[in-house]
Amino acid sequence: MKGREKDLSSKLRSELLSFGKKKENALPLYGTEECAKRSMKAMYEVLKKLELAPKIKLLKINAPEIARKAKAGQFVIFRIDEKGERIPLTIVERDPQEGTITLIFQEVGLSTMKLGALETGDEIMNVTGPLGNPTEIKHYGLVAVVCGGTGTAVSYPIAKALKEAGNQVVSIIGARTKELLILEDEMRNISDELYISTDDGSKGHKGFVSDVLKMLIEKGYRFDVVYAIGPTLMMKATVNVTRPYSIKTIVSLNPIMVDGMGMCGACRVTVGGETKFACLDGPEFDGHLVDFDELIKRLRVYLLEEKQAVELHEKSGEIKRG
Amino acid sequence: MAKADKQKKKQGIPMPKQKPEDRIHNFNEVALGYTTEQALAEAERCIQCPKPKCVQGCPVELDIPAFIKEVRERNFDEAIKKVKEKNSLPAICGRVCPQENQCQMFCVMGKKGDPLSIGRLERFVADYELQKGVTVRPRSKSSAGGKVAVVGSGPAGLTAAADLAKLGHKVVIFEALHAPGGVLMYGIPEFRLPKKIVQAEVDYVKKLGVDIKTDHMIGRLYTIDELFELGFDAVFIGTGAGLPRFMRIPGENLGGIYSANEFLIRVNLVKAYMFPEYDTPIRIGKKVAVIGGGNVAMDSARSSLRLGAEEVLIVYRRSKEEMPARLEEIENAEEEGVKFKFLTTPVKFLGDESGRVTGMKCITMRLGEPDESGRRRPIPIEGSEFVMDVDTVIIAIGQTPNPIIQRTTKALKTTRWGTIVVNEKTGKTFRKGVYAGGDVVSGAATVISAMGAGKRAARSIHRYLLRKKRMRQRKET
Repeated sequence: MKGREKDLSSKLRSELLSFGKKKENALPLYGTEECAKRSMKAMYEVLKKLELAPKIKLLKINAPEIARKAKAGQFVIFRIDEKGERIPLTIVERDPQEGTITLIFQEVGLSTMKLGALETGDEIMNVTGPLGNPTEIKHYGLVAVVCGGTGTAVSYPIAKALKEAGNQVVSIIGARTKELLILEDEMRNISDELYISTDDGSKGHKGFVSDVLKMLIEKGYRFDVVYAIGPTLMMKATVNVTRPYSIKTIVSLNPIMVDGMGMCGACRVTVGGETKFACLDGPEFDGHLVDFDELIKRLRVYLLEEKQAVELHEKSGEIKRG
Repeated sequence: MAKADKQKKKQGIPMPKQKPEDRIHNFNEVALGYTTEQALAEAERCIQCPKPKCVQGCPVELDIPAFIKEVRERNFDEAIKKVKEKNSLPAICGRVCPQENQCQMFCVMGKKGDPLSIGRLERFVADYELQKGVTVRPRSKSSAGGKVAVVGSGPAGLTAAADLAKLGHKVVIFEALHAPGGVLMYGIPEFRLPKKIVQAEVDYVKKLGVDIKTDHMIGRLYTIDELFELGFDAVFIGTGAGLPRFMRIPGENLGGIYSANEFLIRVNLVKAYMFPEYDTPIRIGKKVAVIGGGNVAMDSARSSLRLGAEEVLIVYRRSKEEMPARLEEIENAEEEGVKFKFLTTPVKFLGDESGRVTGMKCITMRLGEPDESGRRRPIPIEGSEFVMDVDTVIIAIGQTPNPIIQRTTKALKTTRWGTIVVNEKTGKTFRKGVYAGGDVVSGAATVISAMGAGKRAARSIHRYLLRKKRMRQRKET
């Protein structure tokens, strides 16, 4: 395990680029040797781990069945242990032959902190997926992929699939500061043009990704569609930029979820005046129709408890800092 | 028989329960179960009718007089064996079946006094066995020997799987959640159905040789067609009614408004009542309104009390008589201090600046003519609106089937309510080799009716597999 860990960064980065490209394995029949062989390996074992930026981590997980089926835009729900929450995370990459999926996440709450504390060889108790609807990939023409924070990880497979479908892809990636930018090279490789913005100006444009988009539109870029994926406020700002130009803008929403399969309704969002479930009907929606203010408020419902859980956990010293 | 004895026989043995003032502070089971003496005394009341009427009220055709007879004779091992011939989940049925509308409704004893407490005796023998440890005799392989995929591990799926395994088939259950049991696990609270009981019953099904795969959401991970590609000969869909209904009134997406499903999943499945020991939080306010009048509403209200709510109010648009909840559950809720506001329905939820619910605008109703459900239809009284202050709302007005399988499976006929169309008797859908039963067919109903449907489907799947095998053999020769 340790040896594998060493050559991680270079190898993994090159491996990160194969969403949907490799030939798929045939389904193993239940009761066959192949099926037995696969189930020998501990389910949901962490095979690789990388820290992409402070508190932003990448985990490659053994999940052969999910790897075979997942498409760009879909997510999994993980539960770290018996006492864990069910938390959704977008599938950033899959390798059907190797039987793995890749997740990238920022440690923001107790569950992502616990996930980030896992090491190679550790296991996640439950990973369910793929959930949600895949991104509709087609030939639009000129596409802008606007993303912020870990939204870049969510955007990456989508941008890549859009590029493969023959679109011209202009990517705008952003973060609070230089150190928090992720997947810059990967995004550059699959984009016709790449722009960077940081809130503090430590790299690229000083300001927000939505500002860059606005500048490009004003410069005369005629986007056929815009994908905006990242923090809710960022998506809201981007949608406000494209609205006056009537550019179709697709957002990928990240509301609170419990089951992730249509049972709880915690992820309900108002889209075009109607209540939709992000897990069943989304997670992608027409950004111009989304009630972002409601979504922002709903995301804050458990702030107090989330803080309390993190504080308690830090006090108990259970979180190993990687 | 002496007159006093006769009088005594009219009265059933009451169920020992936790006291209301104690139980509202814990999630432990409320009904404690009969002692051996109590069970024997109750069983003694059975008059062993030569033509028993109770059996016709049982959706799984339990031979009730036979198992009661064994209880009377203290042959508890024989009693549970008799029960398990027909019912694979007796510890569950003994707790949550609405016996008053089924077997006990037909009991002759009920004409002049209390009907025999069949459910409590069923629970008694099931608990007796669980305490002793369940043993399963190894089964010989059936000549049919097919492979069946069962989708969903709720009452319908578990029953179908158990029956098919008993008939010698290889069965794999696919469960979307992380724990098997379906509504028994995520829906019905610990204080009414302890999760260790559910786990024990699930373990029994596993011991029969059934393989349960959790975290497998059929429709997303595999479609029904892909299950056939995986080598299954037949599929049973028992995915229940898991999609919550909302009121569709303004303000419904305010913070502090839960679907009963979300509320109960947080409490039961991921144990939010033990936060922060468990990671999932739940926010319960001081004044909780539960909208609806079914068992799910009672469960939500009683859970709210246990989570520390000061006042819990069930708001129901009809009157007490029309409430679909079991009488026993309504009484339990009343005893615990749940209040009821009948003939009332919210028309709008009110919130503060942070987007949390602070109240609801309600309207008073009156009852009109009976509707298609046979219950009198509630009609709003104009100008009767008033505002009720609440800080938590739980919407328990029903569930419909999850649409994913229906969306991803071709030629599976569904109704406009999203339920799957089947042949009532066989559970056969419009797709060859695909069967369905339980709430996904009937819409939200009871545990036992889902089990009955699972049982019927298992029988016809068995016949289908035998036919299939014969045809294969004919081709080969």
